Amino acid sequence: MKPTERLKIPPTVMPEQDPKERIHNVKEVPLGYTPEMAMVEAQRCLQCKTPFCIEGCPVSIDIPGFIKAIAQGDFKQGVHVLKQKNLLPAVCGRVCPQEEQCQAVCVIGKAKKDPSKAVMIGKLEMFLADWERKQGVYPTPPEVSKTNKKVAIIGGGPAGLTVAGDLIKFGHDVTVYEAFHKAGGVLLYGIPEFRLPKAIVQTEIDYLEKIGVKFRYNYIVGKTSPVAKIVEENDAVFIGTGAGLPRFMRVEGENLLGVLSANEYLTRANLMKAYTFPQSDTPIVKGRTVITVGGGNVAMDCARTALRMGAERSLIVYRRAEEQMPARLEEIHHAREEGVEFHLLNNPIRLVGNDTGWITGAELIKMELGKPDASGRRRPIPIEGSEYIMETDILIVAIGNSPNPLVPASYPELDVTNWGGIIVNETTGQTSVPGVFAGGDIVLGAATVILAMGHGRRAARAMNLYLSSGRWADLADGLELSRAEVR
Amino acid sequence: MHRILYKETLGPDITLYRLHAPDVAAYRQPGQFVLIRICDDGERIPITLADVDRNEGSITLIIQSVGKTTLKLAQMSVGDSIPDIAGPLGEPTHIEKVGHVVCVGGGIGIAPLYPVAQAMKEAGNRVTSILGARSENLLILEKKMLAVSDKVIITTDDGSKGKKGLVTDAINELVDQGEKFDQCICMGPPIMMKFVSLLTKKLGIPTLVSLNPIMVDGTGMCGGCRVTVGGKTKFACVDGPEFDGHEVDFDEMIARLNTYSSYERVALEHYSDETGCRLEASLKKKGE
Ligand SMILES: Cc1cc2nc3c(=O)[nH]c(=O)nc-3n(C[C@H](O)[C@H](O)[C@H](O)COP(=O)(O)OP(=O)(O)OC[C@H]3O[C@@H](n4cnc5c(N)ncnc54)[C@H](O)[C@@H]3O)c2cc1C
Ligand SMILES: Cc1cc2nc3c(=O)[nH]c(=O)nc-3n(C[C@H](O)[C@H](O)[C@H](O)COP(=O)(O)OP(=O)(O)OC[C@H]3O[C@@H](n4cnc5c(N)ncnc54)[C@H](O)[C@@H]3O)c2cc1C
Ligand code: SF4
Ligand code: SF4
Ligand code: FES
Repeated sequence: MKPTERLKIPPTVMPEQDPKERIHNVKEVPLGYTPEMAMVEAQRCLQCKTPFCIEGCPVSIDIPGFIKAIAQGDFKQGVHVLKQKNLLPAVCGRVCPQEEQCQAVCVIGKAKKDPSKAVMIGKLEMFLADWERKQGVYPTPPEVSKTNKKVAIIGGGPAGLTVAGDLIKFGHDVTVYEAFHKAGGVLLYGIPEFRLPKAIVQTEIDYLEKIGVKFRYNYIVGKTSPVAKIVEENDAVFIGTGAGLPRFMRVEGENLLGVLSANEYLTRANLMKAYTFPQSDTPIVKGRTVITVGGGNVAMDCARTALRMGAERSLIVYRRAEEQMPARLEEIHHAREEGVEFHLLNNPIRLVGNDTGWITGAELIKMELGKPDASGRRRPIPIEGSEYIMETDILIVAIGNSPNPLVPASYPELDVTNWGGIIVNETTGQTSVPGVFAGGDIVLGAATVILAMGHGRRAARAMNLYLSSGRWADLADGLELSRAEVR
Repeated sequence: MHRILYKETLGPDITLYRLHAPDVAAYRQPGQFVLIRICDDGERIPITLADVDRNEGSITLIIQSVGKTTLKLAQMSVGDSIPDIAGPLGEPTHIEKVGHVVCVGGGIGIAPLYPVAQAMKEAGNRVTSILGARSENLLILEKKMLAVSDKVIITTDDGSKGKKGLVTDAINELVDQGEKFDQCICMGPPIMMKFVSLLTKKLGIPTLVSLNPIMVDGTGMCGGCRVTVGGKTKFACVDGPEFDGHEVDFDEMIARLNTYSSYERVALEHYSDETGCRLEASLKKKGE
């Protein structure tokens, strides 16, 4: 096929559950490509000599490589290519902000002057991963000789799981310590079922267990045992404890009943399955009107969960404008389709309640955009005299999370930034303590799944070199060398 | 899995459990708690560690049956197991020799009070304990508290044991008799902690209370357990559960405990439908 013909193929739209129906269930919204659809979509890729898309992907997946395999109908090969760089493609295909990464730089999108018309890289990735899962046979990795090196991984989110998956294949003895009763981190307790089915996450964890990774649940490092003990008893340690500290707005009335953090709302809904209450034991507050404050993925997840919990009105209140919302485009689009109302350029300044202490409304002030601030986005400025009360039964605060302070606070040997992130060497993930590495949201602050996995990948390689050589100083140089050797 | 090694009824709806949990026992200090989940799809509920035995690798919990989870647990027997126990959590009590400590416990609150009183005694303090209950059969751990206290005073609402009256009456009486207290530690129903704190503030006795707001994770991740202390928002699970009683906004905390009450009733009704078991009494209690 000639490039001009390929350019003429329209993007293959993935079928989705009808918005009117899906707000009454928690099943996944996109329904997946059929093999035929995937093969048509794969035809759109030009197989560029200099594939910009690879540079747009934080873990440098050979994108034209796996797309070519799909086009040829060789899905097994496609999976193989994907998994060389990405341990969790079923997750990333669903939750990566593709429009800012791989698809943002795809030449097809460029040619059409519309990134949403780029090759549907994420959807193809999702297709391959799902295809593999449906086959039900996961390849067992080749036998490797045991190194007898013990590795502890603190936190079972995407960063920690990636390190575990990589290091077990090098023959190390790997144990993941997880505070909750299940692993997956935000993939499990944060991102809702309708966006990332929990069975997918569980399949990945079962696989890791099958290939030898040990999991210790309900184990809060720093509380169940001191961090120092874990460090002493292991040859290397990876800290991937995420950004679990919820921020509040610090406005009057924030402790009223019916005001809760996104973390609490989503944890109750997802991890504790409150959407099946009273079959499951954990309740979740319900209301006819629910306001969610914030403009990121977390806020969209809350607003859409609220609809599924029976809210008649679900409102997003965000102090900036739509272009500045950090959420993935697809999430904003889905939220809108489902009837979430967007009250942009509005900011809560006070919450009001009744005499039993329940919230009844939020006092909002209108905002306008001023000059760009430190983040490069135009700064929202309150318009004096524009205050008004918006009635509500529930208000969810989804304005961001900070690095989880538990491990750094109980282990002062670790150097941290003034906002609480663990300081690491960017190439290797080494912290200020020899033998201890870190990555993911505990380093970056609330970021993305793929960046957490990228960190995990890099740290795993450095950890393996450290474990085999005992070298700590200039470990990054050693890595460069060994990569050159591989080439 | 955590096996129930021992189970004993201490009073109506109050049960002591010893459970296998060596990881939790290893580093636990007085004042800390655990989150337990007793079945798949179960709720995570916080319970104070009343005691641990490191040799046996066991922990002791004393639990009052008040709702679905605690009632379900009470149906379990020695040899059964529960899937999840996470901890120890929370900041340990600051144990120090201050002189004369008055330990005030009410109802199930005597369970978390016991290890603290014991540690205070071991640190060389004189310990006076005031234990309050609605009536005699609801009084728990009397013998154990006697063993770690120089003096124990008991008050009951109906006068069935000790003095008829409230723990605050007993504090007043002791102070009138000329007792000087350097520290008060108070654990019990929120309303009792509130009134003890109001009294000790007037009397100028520094007071520690142990708060019991609704928790989910217990690790500082959800903010569900937030309480206002000294005008600032604190997360009880990581900043507490013990706080300066003179600084706590008790009215807010008591209101917040009701957040899920209508749902808890539904859970209980669902459970009694499910099992057809005797829950009417508890349902009635909740309806009050
Ligand atoms: C609601 C929500 C929606 C999101 N949507 C997207 C999206 O669409 N796309 C995207 O790319 N990103 C999204 N993100 C961000 C993304 O989920 C995170 O960036 C990513 O999960 C970070 O991975 P991590 O492994 O660093 O940490 P986490 O996923 O936070 O995992 C950390 C793990 O460590 C455990 N832990 C913490 N402390 C301890 C301790 N002391 N001992 C033992 N274990 C501990 C925690 O229980 C947790 O399991 C979203 C985040 C949220 C909250
Ligand atoms: C730090 C701490 C230590 C505690 N120690 C003990 C103890 O040693 N012994 C004991 O009997 N009880 C203790 N509690 C209280 C215990 O957690 C509740 O009684 C229990 O959660 C009730 O659960 P349920 O499902 O049986 O009842 P439900 O019907 O769900 O609730 C009954 C009442 O318990 C409270 N409650 C409900 N869910 C929670 C929750 N997730 N977290 C906290 N409170 C909740 C509410 O006030 C509610 O009205 C402690 C609480 C805290 C926060
Ligand atoms: S991992 Fe994310 S950024 Fe990389 S190719 Fe897949 S969807 Fe794109
Ligand atoms: S940039 Fe687009 S067209 Fe080019 S190889 Fe990548 S996906 Fe294919
Ligand atoms: S219980 Fe979630 S922060 Fe305290």
